[in-house]
Amino acid sequence: MSYKIVHYINQFFAGIGGEEKADVAPESRPGVVGPGMAFKAAFGQNAEIVGTVICGDGYFAENMEEATAQILKMISVFGADAVIAGPAFNAGRYGTACGTVAEAVQRELGIPAVTGMYAENPGVDMYRKSVYIVSTEDSARGIKTAVPAMAKLTLDILKNGTAGSPEEGGYIERGLRVNCFNDKIGAQRAVDMLIKKLKGEPFKTEYPMPDFDRVAPAQPITDMKNATIAVVTSGGIVPKGNPDRIEASSATKYGTYSIAGVQSAEEVAYATAHGGYDPTYANHDPNRVLPIDELREMERAGEFKKLYDYFFTTVGNGTPVAAAKKFGTEIGARLKKDGVDAVILTST
Amino acid sequence: MVKEIERTGIPVVHICTIVPISQTVGANRIVPAVAIPYPLGDPAKTPAEEKEIRRAILEKSLKALETPITEQTVF
Repeated sequence: MSYKIVHYINQFFAGIGGEEKADVAPESRPGVVGPGMAFKAAFGQNAEIVGTVICGDGYFAENMEEATAQILKMISVFGADAVIAGPAFNAGRYGTACGTVAEAVQRELGIPAVTGMYAENPGVDMYRKSVYIVSTEDSARGIKTAVPAMAKLTLDILKNGTAGSPEEGGYIERGLRVNCFNDKIGAQRAVDMLIKKLKGEPFKTEYPMPDFDRVAPAQPITDMKNATIAVVTSGGIVPKGNPDRIEASSATKYGTYSIAGVQSAEEVAYATAHGGYDPTYANHDPNRVLPIDELREMERAGEFKKLYDYFFTTVGNGTPVAAAKKFGTEIGARLKKDGVDAVILTST
Repeated sequence: MVKEIERTGIPVVHICTIVPISQTVGANRIVPAVAIPYPLGDPAKTPAEEKEIRRAILEKSLKALETPITEQTVF
């Protein structure tokens, strides 16, 4: 059977024009346009591109909601089985448009959508979790490999209802865990992996860790006696009663509380909201996590000038990296504004 | 959080129990703590001894903040 496919592309690939034409509104044309020719060849008898929807990248970026709605409407008219978008290579606005359209197609029209982008296209981070994004080269030179890979993935999904693993499907990992059978139990696989690692042989993890970026070390404090120091914790110490209802795990917020005049984090006034460790010891003496008592003594002794009047706290327990990043950015901006010189951050 | 605060140019010392996690995530100045439920204390000790332990970790942290480094360092 031949599947019906609709193709989404931008004004450039449609041959309308470059940046000067980026403001063109969505339009729909029957059949193939531009790179659709290559897809037509790749699909052969298996699928047919019944229509192409085009939108200027600038128009899309400036009218995202409206443009998405217009594009969806145009796509739906064709009664397609699947949608392909792009490939966008490393074009940021185009990648964002392809990801947005693909996600909306899946959600609103209930049919699969496949796009293609270079790994560092900002559209990847935005949509890799919800959309199949074939990994492409960074420029249109990569069209020769991108098109067959996108066509194959689209057909696999249509025929089998599954895209296979990221390696099999040639798409960027979506961060999903899939159950599968294996001849060897986990313990055996883990030991095999360890032996390979010890021998310096290549091995493949079954649970890749997230890639963490790096920040260069900040300059040290040269005049500690005149420094203002702030204390921050991921150990969940909050004023008793947890007034801001910081969650015991997967925290979505942090708290900012005044410690002006507070000489010690006493049991009567503070407790932990953290759900990831035994709270007995922290509740009995919150200074064990938020060391205000000794910091005050050091302040009095003149070791540093001042303990900043507020502490910041959250629960570091299954907290998404994106949330922690946001907390850090906001806390950092405030400390910078208030002239804080250094930070002590405690974690449980 | 450590990294995003440090990104503003303010040095951060991370007092934490599981040093490898801190290293993986990317803290630059790391001071090892006592234990997960009581990083800056020890309920098995007397209150006075606990305060000493806490003070020692904090003194080391101030030192870390005063030390020029070019890469991740465990103090």
